[in-house]
Amino acid sequence: MTTFLNGIFNTSVGKKIGMGITGLFLISFLLVHCAINATIFLNDGGNIFNEAAHFMGTNIFIRIMEIVLFAGIIGHILQAMIVTIDNRKANSVKYDVFDGKANSKWYSRWMGLLGTLILMFLIVHLLDFWVPARFTGLNIPPVMIDGNEYENMYAKMLEVFSVGWVVVVYILGMISLAYHLMQGFQSAFQSLGLNHKMYTPMIRMFGKIFSILIPLIFALMPLAIYFGYLN
Amino acid sequence: MNFTLKVWRQKNKNADGKFVSYPLKDISPDMSFLEMFDFLNEELISKGEEPIAFDSDCREGICGACSMWINGRAHGPVPGVTTCQLHVRSFKDGETIVVEPWRANSFPVIKDLIVDRSSFDNVIAAGGFVSINTGGAQDGNDILISKDDAAEAFSASICIGCGACVAACKNSSAMLFVSSKISHFASLPQGKVEARNRVQNMVAKMDEEGFGDCSNTYACEAQCPKEISVEKIAKMNREYLTAKLL
Amino acid sequence: MSDIDSKIPEGSLDNKWTKYRSTVPLVNPSNKRSLEIIVVGSGLAGASAASALAEQGYKVKVFCFQDSPRRAHSIAAQGGINAAKNYQNDGDSVYRLFYDTIKGGDYRSREGNVYRLAEVSGNIIDQCVAQGVPFAREYGGLLSNRSFGGTQVQRTFYVAGQTGQQLLLGAYNSLERQIGIGSVQMFSRHEMLDIVKIDGKARGIIARDLISGKLERHFGHAVLLCTGGYGNAFYLSTNAMGSNVTAAWKAHKQGAYFANPCYTQIHPTCIPVSSTHQSKLTLMSESLRNDGRIWVSKKKDDTRNPNDIPEDERDYYLERRYPAFGNLVPRDVASRAAKERCDAGHGVGASKMAVYLDFASSIKRYGTIEAHKKNIHNPSEEEINKLGKEVLKEKYGNLFDMYKQITDENPYEVPMRIYPAVHYTMGGLWVDYNLMTNVPGLYALGEANFSDHGANRLGASALMQGLADGYFVIPYTIGVYLSNEIRTKAISTDDEAFVEAEKKVQDQINKLMSIKGTKSADHFHKALGMILWNKCGMSRNEKGLKEAIEEIRSLREKFWSDVRIPGDANELNIELEKAGRVADFLELGELMCIDALQRNESCGGHFREEYQTEEGEAKRDDENFAYVSAWENKGNNSWDLHKENLEFKEINISKRSYK
Repeated sequence: MTTFLNGIFNTSVGKKIGMGITGLFLISFLLVHCAINATIFLNDGGNIFNEAAHFMGTNIFIRIMEIVLFAGIIGHILQAMIVTIDNRKANSVKYDVFDGKANSKWYSRWMGLLGTLILMFLIVHLLDFWVPARFTGLNIPPVMIDGNEYENMYAKMLEVFSVGWVVVVYILGMISLAYHLMQGFQSAFQSLGLNHKMYTPMIRMFGKIFSILIPLIFALMPLAIYFGYLN
Repeated sequence: MNFTLKVWRQKNKNADGKFVSYPLKDISPDMSFLEMFDFLNEELISKGEEPIAFDSDCREGICGACSMWINGRAHGPVPGVTTCQLHVRSFKDGETIVVEPWRANSFPVIKDLIVDRSSFDNVIAAGGFVSINTGGAQDGNDILISKDDAAEAFSASICIGCGACVAACKNSSAMLFVSSKISHFASLPQGKVEARNRVQNMVAKMDEEGFGDCSNTYACEAQCPKEISVEKIAKMNREYLTAKLL
Repeated sequence: MSDIDSKIPEGSLDNKWTKYRSTVPLVNPSNKRSLEIIVVGSGLAGASAASALAEQGYKVKVFCFQDSPRRAHSIAAQGGINAAKNYQNDGDSVYRLFYDTIKGGDYRSREGNVYRLAEVSGNIIDQCVAQGVPFAREYGGLLSNRSFGGTQVQRTFYVAGQTGQQLLLGAYNSLERQIGIGSVQMFSRHEMLDIVKIDGKARGIIARDLISGKLERHFGHAVLLCTGGYGNAFYLSTNAMGSNVTAAWKAHKQGAYFANPCYTQIHPTCIPVSSTHQSKLTLMSESLRNDGRIWVSKKKDDTRNPNDIPEDERDYYLERRYPAFGNLVPRDVASRAAKERCDAGHGVGASKMAVYLDFASSIKRYGTIEAHKKNIHNPSEEEINKLGKEVLKEKYGNLFDMYKQITDENPYEVPMRIYPAVHYTMGGLWVDYNLMTNVPGLYALGEANFSDHGANRLGASALMQGLADGYFVIPYTIGVYLSNEIRTKAISTDDEAFVEAEKKVQDQINKLMSIKGTKSADHFHKALGMILWNKCGMSRNEKGLKEAIEEIRSLREKFWSDVRIPGDANELNIELEKAGRVADFLELGELMCIDALQRNESCGGHFREEYQTEEGEAKRDDENFAYVSAWENKGNNSWDLHKENLEFKEINISKRSYK
């Protein structure tokens, strides 16, 4: 074997396939992340959430997957940048009149911008939770659940989402994510060659529901906390 | 009907171009869009000016020669037709119609509205064929092909190579064109023999010719005058994965 | 006796070709590598010839004026391609295809050539299937066939309504394969402007690079012209805008005989002319006559809506006049009948120059069948209509859409209006059995030659002939000439002959550019078209032809003193291209009339009003006109006529009847 996987990712088609694979991986992560966080809606004072957060923070498999996840994010971004540079090279003279909306959805043409917005949100989000949890400490006393001591991530959440502008940033982030997914979900299947007269309409429908539902659930978290529905 | 045509004029490949406006009066609604250009050109010639250069040949939507980016869309506002099949009655009286050449770095402008699409030929030369020499083919009925497979191959082979897909794509990607040829052959037993080489060679050539990467906006499908589906692109991706990994 | 030799091999008809191709001299593979062949034109004939010859090892150069070889006008052929496969078990055979073609051509073609064409027709289908042409298939996976005019068997293979496109793309793909390998060098956006002759043999061409305007010299041991027909002499035709006679005409002026120029095919089912700005005419495939019925009102100048004209006031004139073939009579017969009705005042539509092609009864028939299939008892008229329209949509959807797009009328609801239009030219460069013109080393293939269709071509036979010539005839017959050329080294393009030829072309360009007149090339082209259409079109007479000759001469003079070509010659200049082509049409037009004038008979597409039966059918004169008229150019628009007598040994030459 002279090149990695026959040089599969070296061509334009390969790059798309790469985007599709990392995209689907990130989508699967979203599902897990959303499911765990949604436990706060049980309104049990965050007990189950804190237990789950602890598991996620200490399990060796999850810790490895965390590295994979970051690799996935970075890979997705790098690929996007390469594709963008390629496309700039392919198309340097623009039309005077471009009736884009007649041919395609606006968010399909602005995936790069939506992705950038999501990245900016992600930085804020990591600084809010991941950095304190892993490195700088929460500065919140631990909580006792069933006789065991846990980091109180739930309290951290309540603290972060008590600030109005933070909530707004999170909601904007989730709107960007929703549109990014709306294009990205079905696009990943297309890129992987999974287009079929019978199944593609189902995938598209499911993709739409997923793209709205997951960001909506995420967005409800800061809103519920800010408006005091959870405590 | 009256129109103002705002047309891209460019002397040659290396010259700078600019838009020039031409008012047109008393255009018959029965005229085709290109007949309106013929009419304008007659006027220009009688005034001693250079007529607008544009490609057109069969004028019945099959040769793929005509191009033109009209009011922000490839082949104009009517879906499923080429510029030569477009009629003046599809526009509003008094409208200003902006006409530009295809824009893609792999389709350099030669003059006015004429672009060089030889990159398409080069991609076909890299693998868009069945490698059989003339003579010695078995009887046509020895290869049984289901009606569905023949229809599937046909739905891809109707591509006229006009370049609207590239022109419409914000990335100047040629995936719809290339996948049509790959998909055509992939649907038929005759094409399966060298399917692996075909997809790899054609994709490599497509990249070498400088076309952009696909980001699945599907503008190509929306503007293809033959309404070829992006399913073909998925099929090409599948063929590619199979060729590389299996 | 003929004074020209068609080199038809001896022997029985069914063995001629087999024996000949088994005994013609061969060129050994290593010699092929040093022999260069120039192919001009990249349609079915050109692309197939170039790829087949390159596969054998010859060095091939291909030229086309379009931006890609894939755009040649073969692409626009709709209906299908004939082949004597007898897949339908309906009595077809090589002989029957041969017979139908000779009869369809009104006994004005060569037996030997036509038999060979019928013989190789089956190989073409096999070759195209192997290339991946997606022919229509039956449910069981076998190839499907349909009927065409002038035949009573189903032998037409098709790909929806775009057979020409699919066959051309097949040939184009094979050509591109050879380009990729490097055995063919492709010159697109190049126009051939002259043949270079050395010691009487064709040795190369002068071509103009249409982008830079530069003239180029190209050497070849042989030159193949695959440049199509000259229907655009009429300005309005179903040909592409760029289709032209220039390559063939330049060859003619270099000594190649031009044969039967008066045989032009007027196709009966085209969308009628709607305005004076019209740039071309659009064909509605002959296959529509399988299901459409042609009629006009019995009443003159009837202005009623067609759907309001009751059944008994309609004149289904083809069914009335030709009960055996009905709406499927050959093209020349159908066209003339339409003209006759319109001239008699029964024409329809605003221009009164059209007849109806009506699908209502097919919709009803198919609708009823479908209803039975779907187990609908006592279907309502509405249901039948709906089901019937669905069937038509499947068969002819793209044609119906095209009609609606152009006319803004829905052919599912109102009958189509159609009228004959110039479509194909049976005449062309004279060639012998080897497809070589009388200039050694110069060949003509496909529509550019004259050989196979006589005075009228049957539907779905043009594709057959183009591919037969390219794939299965020229690869053998070119050896006859080239086997004697293996000692000829490539001639330098600095040779005197090349220099002179280029100068001659340059002089003509300079002359055209220097006129700086007041009228565009199109202006003259339209005027020529009107003369030819009115006086050398569907019907001709002595007086009209004589007038036409005078009118064309004076138009030609005006052209050479008043044409205006803006821009420069050393750049892309479409007006210059057009002017060069119109200049040649203006000479050819005269020859077409001269040929029509000397042929004092009516046959196929050539209908002389003086020579008709009492019922208005064409009256052939086999005694005096069973020959090919081959015109030799004597310079200054004067010609000598050579006659190649046609001998019918196999077929009993008789009156052509479709009644």
